[in-house]
Amino acid sequence: MNDSILEIKDLKISFGSGENKAAAVRGINLDVRRGEIHSLVGESGSGKTVTSTCVLGLLPEPPAIIESGSIRYKDLELLSLSAEARRKTRGKEIAMVFQEPSKYLNPALKVGEQITEMLKLHHGMNSSQSEKRAMEILDLVGLGDNNRVLSSYPHELSGGMKQRVMIGIAICCDPSLLIADEPTTALDVTLQLQILKLIMKLRRQLNMGILFISHDLAVVHDISDRVSVIYAGLIVETGSREDIFSSPRHPYTRLLLASIPDAAKRGKKLTAISGRVPDAEHFPSGCAFHPRCPLAEEHCSEQQPAMESLGGSQSAACFCLSKEWTE
Amino acid sequence: MNFLLFVFKRLLRLVLTVLIISTIIFFVIRVIPGDPALVIAGVDASEEEIAAVRAKIGTDVPIGQQYISWLGDIARFDFGESMISGESVNKLIFERFPLTITLAFMGIILGIIIAIPLGVLSAVRRWSFWDYLGMVFSQIGMAVPSFWLAIILLLIFAVRFPLFPLFGVGSLKHLILPALSLGFARAAVILRLTRAAMVEELSKEYVITARAKGLTETMVKYKHALRNALIPVVTITGIQFGYMLGGAIIIEQVFSLPGLGRLFLYGIYQRDFTLVQGGVVFIAVVFSLVNFLVDVLYSVINPRIRIS
Repeated sequence: MNDSILEIKDLKISFGSGENKAAAVRGINLDVRRGEIHSLVGESGSGKTVTSTCVLGLLPEPPAIIESGSIRYKDLELLSLSAEARRKTRGKEIAMVFQEPSKYLNPALKVGEQITEMLKLHHGMNSSQSEKRAMEILDLVGLGDNNRVLSSYPHELSGGMKQRVMIGIAICCDPSLLIADEPTTALDVTLQLQILKLIMKLRRQLNMGILFISHDLAVVHDISDRVSVIYAGLIVETGSREDIFSSPRHPYTRLLLASIPDAAKRGKKLTAISGRVPDAEHFPSGCAFHPRCPLAEEHCSEQQPAMESLGGSQSAACFCLSKEWTE
Repeated sequence: MNFLLFVFKRLLRLVLTVLIISTIIFFVIRVIPGDPALVIAGVDASEEEIAAVRAKIGTDVPIGQQYISWLGDIARFDFGESMISGESVNKLIFERFPLTITLAFMGIILGIIIAIPLGVLSAVRRWSFWDYLGMVFSQIGMAVPSFWLAIILLLIFAVRFPLFPLFGVGSLKHLILPALSLGFARAAVILRLTRAAMVEELSKEYVITARAKGLTETMVKYKHALRNALIPVVTITGIQFGYMLGGAIIIEQVFSLPGLGRLFLYGIYQRDFTLVQGGVVFIAVVFSLVNFLVDVLYSVINPRIRIS
């Protein structure tokens, strides 16, 4: 029984043309099930934002070129839809929450207008219906059902309130899939937790699938059902939260986890991954992680390892999975 | 409450501006060589006759005293009588003002009608035919002096093809060519600003949100981006309107229109102190009022401004 609402298969996206052509996403497979939070973890430049933008259909083509692959949402193949048909899915079926609410909200429109315009457009509501619904939405995202927020401009709200509004905008048309692109990165730590709790609560209440994009492993640990680790445009390891956090197998995942500071590691030396994230124009040959990998062997630079099932839902792409790992 | 304070502060600024300008004009016009008493009495007049004229028009008392009484007068919006004709300056101004303000309004409206749509189109379809048209238009508009354009428009549309009257007043038709020549340069400035503002707004993050919400491109561009782009455009348009009042003086001359410009020009020729002083202060008040209204309008369309 396949209950995934989003299924990305072998997605390849490149930028530019000719000699400057850079493959940013090199064959990603990913699925999000109804009601689950699937985190896509990676450093900046790894292709996670390109992937999520592509799902939403907002990738500018050119310079981006979708080389191959499929993105299926429920029974729709998104990549073969017309631009107009895709627009109609945006906001209504697939919604997105962005990183910095103060930049991503329109400064010249009242909060109410920014919510009701979607309800009018996607659900054909009139003014009083949409206002009533907007009020319910604000209540749902923890802003209370008062008129004051509806008639405020974004700059009159605090950072946390703005992100709640942003989430309210995203969920107001009852989407089945929510893409959250680092929704807590720009917030204070105390607010981060509140927003994460809100996202988890809404996921249960609305039974949405959430694709959670992040580079923050602590946040990912708190929120995810499943985790996929992306490096240089490829998923290198995927599995349940327990798989990834208790028994990581790919060297990159292991190193990422070792670099999180936490109380248990007090007194021990904090590891940093040597080297830098390669950019899309200069991805190394073979396994793209080999220049930074402590286990790398000669053939790692020649061939690209395929995803290998490790039992259960976990799989990883590495030639050295059977090698012993020493920190 | 915030809004009232804002209005009060702007009004205070207006009063201060007018006070400074009236002081400057009062002294500047007295520094320029030429004595109105001599103009009125004529070259053959005797010393006694000239002194009598001075006493009549009030230039016989010390300059400080003249200044104080003049300030008292303008506080009551009484600009006194013309030194030359003896008519009330207020009356002279209000006879001519409707024509000049109509001309300025028509000019700015024609400018806006050309500039804003073309500027938006240029930004939305960058490097298209419309964008190049807009660029050519704004380059010409800024390079060409308005009086030259006025003469060319007259030659083409009043002499070669007599579609419009050559000079004078009487109908709206008389004002079309003057308004066009006046509005053209302003339109060029507004167009460039509109394009730049719109390009900038379209690159902002909230536009991505608007698209992610599934809004149509029309809504994204004309509701979300344009609304923000218009904020600076309104300000600049208001300032441009102020320039129109000054520019009208030259254009009225070219088209022989009996507006404020011609009134003040003759006032200067004849050293009619009271008329020129009154005229300058009047223009300053109108200019400041326009700026004040623009500020109010600005705070209505840009909710963030009221905080600061």
